[in-house]
Amino acid sequence: MTSEHLTIGVLAVQGAFEAHAQVLRSLGVNAPLVRLPEDLASLDGLILPGGESTTFLKHLERNNFFAALDTFVRQKPSFGTCAGTILLAKDVRNPVQKSLAVLDATVERNAYGRQIDSTIQETETTLPGGPMEMVYIRAPRIAAVGNDVEVLARRNGDPVLVREGRILAATFHPELSTDRRVHEFFVEMVRREKLAHSATEAHAG
Amino acid sequence: MSHLNGSTSGNPSGTGLRLKTGLAEMLKGGVIMDVMNVEQARIAEEAGAVSVMALERVPAMIRAEGGVARMANPKLIKEIMQAVSIPVMAKARIGHFVEAQVLEQLGVDFIDESEVLTPADETYHIDKHAFKTPFVCGARNLGEALRRIAEGAAMIRTKGEPGTGDVVHAVQHMRTMNREIRILTALREEELYNEAKLHGAPYELVRMVAQEGKLPVPNFSAGGIATPADAALMMQLGAETVFVGSGIFMKERATPLDIENDPKERAEAVSRAKAIVIAATHFNEPKIVAEASELVTGTMKGLAAAAIEEAQLMQTRGW
Repeated sequence: MTSEHLTIGVLAVQGAFEAHAQVLRSLGVNAPLVRLPEDLASLDGLILPGGESTTFLKHLERNNFFAALDTFVRQKPSFGTCAGTILLAKDVRNPVQKSLAVLDATVERNAYGRQIDSTIQETETTLPGGPMEMVYIRAPRIAAVGNDVEVLARRNGDPVLVREGRILAATFHPELSTDRRVHEFFVEMVRREKLAHSATEAHAG
Repeated sequence: MSHLNGSTSGNPSGTGLRLKTGLAEMLKGGVIMDVMNVEQARIAEEAGAVSVMALERVPAMIRAEGGVARMANPKLIKEIMQAVSIPVMAKARIGHFVEAQVLEQLGVDFIDESEVLTPADETYHIDKHAFKTPFVCGARNLGEALRRIAEGAAMIRTKGEPGTGDVVHAVQHMRTMNREIRILTALREEELYNEAKLHGAPYELVRMVAQEGKLPVPNFSAGGIATPADAALMMQLGAETVFVGSGIFMKERATPLDIENDPKERAEAVSRAKAIVIAATHFNEPKIVAEASELVTGTMKGLAAAAIEEAQLMQTRGW
């Protein structure tokens, strides 16, 4: 199976969805924009982009979108960046807010300061290929993670790229860099999940 | 995302501009609302605004009351920054780089060098490369947009005619800019030098637009957007986010809705804010824009932009 057969949606109620869609398309993946609950049907995976998490929640309140997304992220690979990570985390602080609670992590909003404190850093990761450029925009901080969460990169001790099963989450913005490794890693997660799923189905049939 | 590489300007490095346009990327597909106090800022956030613009008087009031319009009091800006978790913007007068220094010191997330305020300099705009805080600037056409980008703006918005509730000039500015961009993409390389001269814009930026078919920074829309349909109109015309100034918290005769004491007026502001947020996201779905429009109670009194005397226009400020 090639990546041409993969369809990874990008949640597009607001935020940096277009930048993510462009990266996915450059990797040969179909990348439809997801603005309504019915857009989640037939996706192999989903990216929840950066933006304003309070705005996302407002849109998700309508038409049972939150419930549909809640079901989706428990069944299919999902990748959150920045506000997307806030949405995926189990515990959100500063302020406390509702979330999908599918990633065993505590996330503090705007924990590194305002826009003036936004920064670009080079950081080591567990992905092959050397240090990675990481763009942080009014970034949240992952303050704690559960035992089942694998930390793929840290910034001064804080996890910044983590994985728990089907969930991948970053507090930085790989879609704003030219380095494609995080997206490639997620596309591979989606590909394997789809293969495993179709193998199970074939076996059952 | 495309960005400048710093070769055209005094930008200290590409890094700075990438962080600035990076925040603009996060604001896409949303609504930025003018607010005059903490309570309005809370309503805006609660309704789903991606950012608020902190100011003392919205454009409709400035227009009605006249006088010199300046940067808001830092105390007000700080209160609003403390009250909401979304990014906070504030306006500085055109050319007033000290107001901009003050706003940067306060830690606002975006500075709007705005024609809504009374200009402080009739020749020079602020050197925006000198700041770490990103700037948004208004433009009526491609040349004006590229001059602002050359000065360091990280976001462009149409000017429209602020405080009118009349979207006609925002439409005109967006159409003009997009038409001028499309023309550049069809021209030959050697024709671009003359285009740079005609637009009064740096050649490097003209060439970049000709190659990419879009501005090198996000392109938002402002000026007279008052209804969910106005917001969807600007988004369909190519705006990546909309600013709504006087369209949410005002009633007739340039008076703010009494959101603190009158539950009905508060509900009216909330309904407008929510409806415009829905329309900006689902701009391509007339059914949803219709539903959102139905939510709106009350109307903002419009001031037809065509009836405004030349000297009273705000959009002609900036050079």
